[in-house]
Amino acid sequence: MQPTPMPTDSMAPDIAKAEGLPLLEIAGLKTQFFTDDGIVKAVNGVDLSIYSNRTLCVLGESGCGKSILARSILRIVDAPGRITDGSIVYRAADGRTVDLAAARHGSRELRSIRGNDIAMIFQEPMSSLGPITRIGKQITETILLHQKISKAEARETAIELLDKVGIPKPTERFEAYPFELSGGMRQRAMIAMALSCRPRLLIADEPTTALDVTTQAQILDLIDELKEELEMGVMLITHDLGVVAEVAEDVAVMYMGKVVEKSDVYSIFENPQHPYTRALLESVPRIGVTKRDRLPAIRGMVPHPLATPSGCSFRTRCDSYMPSVCDKHQPALVEHEGSQVACFLHSRETADD
Amino acid sequence: MMGFCLRRILYMIPTLFLVSIVTFVIIQLPPGDYLDSLAADMGESGSDNTAVIETLRQQYGLGQPMYVQYYKWMKGILLYGNFGISFEKNVLVTDLIWDRLGWTFGISILTLLFIWITALPIGIYSAVRKYSFGDYTATFFGFIGLAVPNFLLALLMMYISFKYFGQSVGGLVSPEYIGEPWTYAKFIDLLKHIWMPIVVVGTSGAAALIRIMRANLLDELYRPYVATARAKGMSEFQLLMKYPVRVALNPFISTIGWILPSLVSGEIIVAVVMNLPTTGPLLLRALLVQDMYLAGSLILIVSLLTVIGTLISDLLLAWIDPRIRYQ
Amino acid sequence: MNTNPTTTVMENDDDVAAPVLLSPLALTWRKFKRHRIAYISLYVVGLIYLMAIFGEFLTTSDIHKTSTRRAFAPPMGIHLFAPNEDGSSRFQLHAKGLKLEIDKVAMRRVFAEDEEKIIPLGFFVKGYEYKVLGLFSSNTHFFGPVNPRDTVFLMGADRLGRDIMSRIIIGTRVSMSIGLVGVIVSLFIGVTLGGISGFFGGWVDNLIQRLIEFIRSIPTIPLWMGLAAAIPLSWPPLKTYFVVTLIVSMIGWTSLAREVRGKFLSLRYEDFIIAARLDGLSNMEVIRKHMVPSFSSHIIASLTLAVPLMILAETSLSFLGVGLQPPVVSWGTLLKEAQNVRTIIEAPWLLIAPATMIVVAVLALNFLGDGLRDAADPHAH
Ligand SMILES: Nc1ncnc2c1ncn2[C@@H]1O[C@H](COP(=O)(O)OP(=O)(O)OP(=O)(O)O)[C@@H](O)[C@H]1O
Ligand code: SF4
Ligand SMILES: [Mg+2]
Repeated sequence: MQPTPMPTDSMAPDIAKAEGLPLLEIAGLKTQFFTDDGIVKAVNGVDLSIYSNRTLCVLGESGCGKSILARSILRIVDAPGRITDGSIVYRAADGRTVDLAAARHGSRELRSIRGNDIAMIFQEPMSSLGPITRIGKQITETILLHQKISKAEARETAIELLDKVGIPKPTERFEAYPFELSGGMRQRAMIAMALSCRPRLLIADEPTTALDVTTQAQILDLIDELKEELEMGVMLITHDLGVVAEVAEDVAVMYMGKVVEKSDVYSIFENPQHPYTRALLESVPRIGVTKRDRLPAIRGMVPHPLATPSGCSFRTRCDSYMPSVCDKHQPALVEHEGSQVACFLHSRETADD
Repeated sequence: MMGFCLRRILYMIPTLFLVSIVTFVIIQLPPGDYLDSLAADMGESGSDNTAVIETLRQQYGLGQPMYVQYYKWMKGILLYGNFGISFEKNVLVTDLIWDRLGWTFGISILTLLFIWITALPIGIYSAVRKYSFGDYTATFFGFIGLAVPNFLLALLMMYISFKYFGQSVGGLVSPEYIGEPWTYAKFIDLLKHIWMPIVVVGTSGAAALIRIMRANLLDELYRPYVATARAKGMSEFQLLMKYPVRVALNPFISTIGWILPSLVSGEIIVAVVMNLPTTGPLLLRALLVQDMYLAGSLILIVSLLTVIGTLISDLLLAWIDPRIRYQ
Repeated sequence: MNTNPTTTVMENDDDVAAPVLLSPLALTWRKFKRHRIAYISLYVVGLIYLMAIFGEFLTTSDIHKTSTRRAFAPPMGIHLFAPNEDGSSRFQLHAKGLKLEIDKVAMRRVFAEDEEKIIPLGFFVKGYEYKVLGLFSSNTHFFGPVNPRDTVFLMGADRLGRDIMSRIIIGTRVSMSIGLVGVIVSLFIGVTLGGISGFFGGWVDNLIQRLIEFIRSIPTIPLWMGLAAAIPLSWPPLKTYFVVTLIVSMIGWTSLAREVRGKFLSLRYEDFIIAARLDGLSNMEVIRKHMVPSFSSHIIASLTLAVPLMILAETSLSFLGVGLQPPVVSWGTLLKEAQNVRTIIEAPWLLIAPATMIVVAVLALNFLGDGLRDAADPHAH
């Protein structure tokens, strides 16, 4: 499957108003790390669309490339990583489309989108805030960067935001340093910062992993609320199926840098098609199913990122593995029973390059 | 912050006590005492100064137990600011040293500024443009700077400037200005001379600091908070200066702790080579002729001032880095 | 497109090539070798230490042989072709003799090459007697004048007409070994105190930390000058040598102790250490079996970086005249000859030759230590 390069900056104001066009359209995206030991294909040909006012959950085991996918969108993958192929088309409010994958590194265009149109909440709440800069300053900084308002106004907005994300005594916390806040508070501050410019797309990379269950629920509710309020598109990265069930509208399941199944949340839970999705669902305890005393874990381990199996990358762990089929070619992501699946059980279409 | 200051100042007291002990030991190390040789000298010249020598002996407790001598010495210093007498020159130590100490610390502090002004931008550049031509050049000169001892560099520079520029070298001012009152011309002449010891003393420190700044910044450059700043839409330069550089600056500033002592050390040895009117030549001379009260006092005061300098840098650091302050 | 029915036997899952996993030591070595300058420096350092051991073999003349007529003789060049009697020339390594002339303008003696006098040079020539490793005698020298009665000054001569090159080679022994011995002493102090500090913590730690802080916060040069100046001139060279080494090793141990302590502190709560304790190993056993191996590479790197510091310290002290004293030959005492600008202008080789040697040795050791440290640190970028 060859990605179709999108023209940058093509003005199409009438399309913009049209409903149903994705906010962000990722096609054939490949992000690779050129390490001393070889090339790590962290994102290896991903197609995804994110829509306004909808939450897309990206699901997958640790190391499957979720964070790198998210970082690729904002073009903040650190060296030696690089986007090698594909396009990330962002449709701005005025209908302009910009291919983020092709934008020049650190260009003004890219910077005006970062933080303003697309904001990101990072995985590590402990280290994602500047350690010796006051919380308030870090928030107002973002606001002042993108909006032409006075410092006092920015300060007011920031304190409002802190209040909104549920930080008690926001005026005091505004002056606090990150190390003075608990993990949950920091994550809330992070969210406040991400929302400070009312982004159209929010990328949340495991926003709740480090937090306790109560805080977790609060923060997810908060993101959901804000999504409704701001009509944001949300891309939520997680490996917690409970989270998916709670907030997702769309789901994409990733394995070794590829999307192996994507669908709406009901289809995923009711009618999972890919053996990996099925295995994932089976490994989760379910209320009402008490007979089983042991949960089946997914057999085997994720292969080393430098040792991608030939053919279907899941074949080393798949129960439905078909010799000389699954190891010869890569399955293409095709429509099947209302979902998109990449597995030879459902279609023999291949996606070899 | 107040508590922090007080704690640091209290910590300083045992250090100072140790310094005084070590210095005292150094004073005591040479076998015999200077008065013996003084007496011998006087005896040869025929004059009878037994009375004078006996007074001196009394005053410094020479011949009495160590702790008595130490007590007398410290008492003189703490109560009367009396550091003893320079036996060789037969004047009070205090009359000899302050001028020279002033120059030593003046040069050391100027050198510190020189080091920071050069090392900071070069270190940042080296880290951000890792493995670039500029980085390799900086690294190369950094290693050279570390490998050439101060006094060698001083000799080389004196040789070069004498041979190729015909400039008189050594001293802080040209011979015709020595002992003259300060005038504009003398000041300009001073500037013409003083850069050389500053560069010589500063080179190895600058080299070390470039490497430290580079390593610190490299530690910070790939931290999550940098990605956060980038994701906000800040420009590379902006985010670099506001986040990683600010964080990396703290260990950089805390290097005063050891850089100041090494600068003072370097200044002393360079001063000997360049014949500067600072502590170095005086100390060396005093040590060689075993004029021990003079030597001891110099070591004591130089150490003391360095410890105070380090203290100031610590307080400065606490003022800049909230994490230290709140500990 | 593959549509064959699946009839073949199930293949082994292991047909996926697993990346080769290297042992930590092999990884370190591979990483070290990639640091090219460090790798080359390893050989340079090796050569310098060989030079220290087999110095006499490499010298061209006895370092104590003086010759007033050759005082401040400039370096002689090595020529390849010597003229024959008939005017043709033959291949013969040689230097040209020196003759004294009077510079009428400056009114002083200058040396000039004597075209007539040819000093043939060769490899493995006979020269003065010496002992190899202090054991057996030899008079073979790697390179030098073919006729043992000739002298050649490849790097010039000093005030007493002694050969600088030979003196530098012999000086290597003292200078490089002071670095090594000093490092061993500071290793001992540093590891002991750092280990105690980090392992026991509490007030012991506090006390040792204060001591380290103290040593670091005072300017060292004046202190060493004080200590070194107290060494009586009448002491035998060997005794002086050891005391100077001791003084010099006072610099190295503080940073080492800090490093060891930090490691110990962070290791104290590591799972495998706790497990070892629960297994009933004694403190000493835990330290020796589990803690020391886990950071020896760091220590080796720190040690390597401490050697040049000590070499420089010795050089500085001897240069000032408060460290080693002539007739001991070290790079520092050699530089002492070049103490004032007048001398350097007259005979720049007095400065340049030993200085180059010091810089090369210190550079190589620094590169080596740097490469080792990078290679030992798994988190380095
Ligand atoms: N700097 C890097 N150098 C080399 N490989 C990298 C680098 N960063 C990430 N990778 C590789 O990219 C792959 C995807 O990493 P990524 O961080 O996206 O995983 P993830 O799905 O977010 O996992 P987790 O759930 O643990 O956050 C991993 O296999 C990892 O080895
Ligand atoms: S393609 Fe084959 S190996 Fe891959 S998931 Fe489907 S059945 Fe399993
Ligand atoms: Mg991740």
